[in-house]
Amino acid sequence: MSGQPGEHTDPAVAFEAAKLGVWTFLATEVLLFGALFTAYTVFRIKYPEMFRAEHAKLDRVLGAVNTVVLITSSLMVVLGVDAIKRGKARLLEAYFGATILLAAVFLLVKYTEYTAKFHHGLYPDTNIFFSLYYMMTGLHGIHVLLGMGVLSYVIVLSRRGRLSEAWCTPAEMSGLYWHFVDLVWIYLFPLLYLIG
Amino acid sequence: MTGVGQPETERNGRGYLAERGWRSWAFTLDHKRIGAMYLWTTTFFFLVGGVFALLLRLELLSPQARYFGNHAYNVFFTLHGSMMIFLFIIPAIPSGLGNFFIPLHIGARDVAFPRLNLASYWVFAAGFLVIIGSLVAPMDTGWTFYTPYSAKSAAAVTTLSLGIFLIGMSSILTGLNFIVTIHKLRAPGMTWHRLPLFIWGMYSTSIIQVIATPVVGVTFLLLAAERIFGVGFFDPSKGGDPVLFQHFFWFYSHPVVYVMILPAMGIVSEVIPVFSRKPIFGYTAIAYSSMAIALGGFLVWGHHMFTSGMSPLANTIFSLMTFFVAVPTAVKVFNWTATLYRGSITFEAPMLYALTFIFLFIVGGLTGPFLGALATNVQLHDTYFVVAHFHYTMMGGTVMGFFAGLHYWFPKMTGRMLNEKVARAAWALIFVGFNVTFFTMFIVGVRGMPRRYAEYLPKFQVENVISTIGSAVLALGILVMCWNLLQGLRKGAPAPANPWRALSLEWKAASPPETENFHEIPVVTEWPYGYGTTKA
Repeated sequence: MSGQPGEHTDPAVAFEAAKLGVWTFLATEVLLFGALFTAYTVFRIKYPEMFRAEHAKLDRVLGAVNTVVLITSSLMVVLGVDAIKRGKARLLEAYFGATILLAAVFLLVKYTEYTAKFHHGLYPDTNIFFSLYYMMTGLHGIHVLLGMGVLSYVIVLSRRGRLSEAWCTPAEMSGLYWHFVDLVWIYLFPLLYLIG
Repeated sequence: MTGVGQPETERNGRGYLAERGWRSWAFTLDHKRIGAMYLWTTTFFFLVGGVFALLLRLELLSPQARYFGNHAYNVFFTLHGSMMIFLFIIPAIPSGLGNFFIPLHIGARDVAFPRLNLASYWVFAAGFLVIIGSLVAPMDTGWTFYTPYSAKSAAAVTTLSLGIFLIGMSSILTGLNFIVTIHKLRAPGMTWHRLPLFIWGMYSTSIIQVIATPVVGVTFLLLAAERIFGVGFFDPSKGGDPVLFQHFFWFYSHPVVYVMILPAMGIVSEVIPVFSRKPIFGYTAIAYSSMAIALGGFLVWGHHMFTSGMSPLANTIFSLMTFFVAVPTAVKVFNWTATLYRGSITFEAPMLYALTFIFLFIVGGLTGPFLGALATNVQLHDTYFVVAHFHYTMMGGTVMGFFAGLHYWFPKMTGRMLNEKVARAAWALIFVGFNVTFFTMFIVGVRGMPRRYAEYLPKFQVENVISTIGSAVLALGILVMCWNLLQGLRKGAPAPANPWRALSLEWKAASPPETENFHEIPVVTEWPYGYGTTKA
């Protein structure tokens, strides 16, 4: 997703281009989730009682734990980008590795949540609320997976010595993307788990 | 990437086409080659979609379903619509001609992200392969996939949804690439108000692609989830709302008609001044009207749904907005006409197609408000009037613009000239055939003939026979044009760098251009429309 610099462009132009490219990409992501948030709004207005009754079936503690996990992972990304800007490639790899680890924890918690719901007979076709729950958190989960891939790629680049304080665009861009993934969850958590 | 930085003289004047072998195409990062691959692919699907159209016209020769039966007819119009829209009209001009000419127009060596560009072609290829795979149980829902039928149909809706999701992803990546390219890679001196109008059209198009396509992408994902997991967003029996699907679908699919038309308008804005030898009239108005269409186009999707049971207030607002969005379109037409006024007009094939665009688009455009107005819409909704209207805008507009671009840029893309006489003959057949085919549809539409049925009342038969004859003439014209293009490609006379004496930057590159487009990045000092002045 973070573009390669063209054969002929100089690093400054390549950085500017990559930045605009990633922000534009994030705009498309907002629209992608936007449709689901619209569906949420429509059905919440239509069935307020159902949302009140069903949201209580979600595990707030696990949801809160995951929120903390993701916010911490965003902090790790920031520290990683800061490290490479000071030329410390090993430190970047450590921080991004920690981010990936936290992302894995997030998915693990999500997995236990899904399993518990299945045990109680709550599936995507149970009702509109759980349709929304599975579609929204599922699409978000896919984004977490993709983000783990992107961050791993940046680590590989760094291991090969391709990143430095002069050229750290891939690290910055993957960081932007990760913050977005984090931000989506910041909205999903209260909308699904907290508001009754 | 052989040849970068080498002297270019010993390449036999074959420019970017010098390298041979399938690898040199499949793994190319050259925007020109990627554009050419899109052109070949999309033109192929245009011809396939055209064959389905001819089969439909054949069936409509008789009021009873005589040749194929109802289900086959439903499959044919679904395939015709889906292929023409998703595999031809949407990608043809932006991804094909846009890829080829945006960097050349702005004086760049390539797009901002060449690898992403190649990836978007292969995502597109994966998309159409999946779509072809879905033919095992062909679709019969129409290209609009309305729920609840599409959620229950036995056809391969899930597979086709996935295919269209991939096509959409490719479209997003291309649009994103173009936005960044136009922002960041313009040659020195190429200010926003010196950009060719084709670039303004492509820029507006890219904005729509980037903003609208994700919504249809997620809509098709939800449709697939509806079929696989039993999610019930669009299913009334589960508390869902089928009209929500229509809202999502048209939030994309109305703006996307501007993805189809804006690049064609850009081509017309290039061709008209060149063949009138006059500066374009109202440059700023044309440029900004593209942006106005791109943004205004997002506020009118509800006019596809007047009969779906929306509130009267929503209907009225959508109707009003629809009239507003017609204004910037009219601005363009007036400016093109003013450009023609007292110009030294010559009628080469690109100009003939550009003028045809204006003529047919006026007919298509003026019949739009009939459908945008609430009262007439209720009468005309889902009749052949709608079919005629959008074929006048999409085929009479976009496809004519595409043909204008193909003929105009053919010497630049291939380094060869076309046979002008054959090109004009093909144009004449297409022009006559098109009008005979589609004008009759306005008439039967007003008289109440509904669309999308294999059978119809016998009183409409005369018009339908006329229309079918017209479609045969149209098909013949397109065949002659394709033959001429292939002949030109194989043995056309070598083209000079600037056969039309045009002023935009692509004509300063060789025909065909070298891999890196320009030996030195040009420095721009004025706008590209100074025709009839001292220079040209």
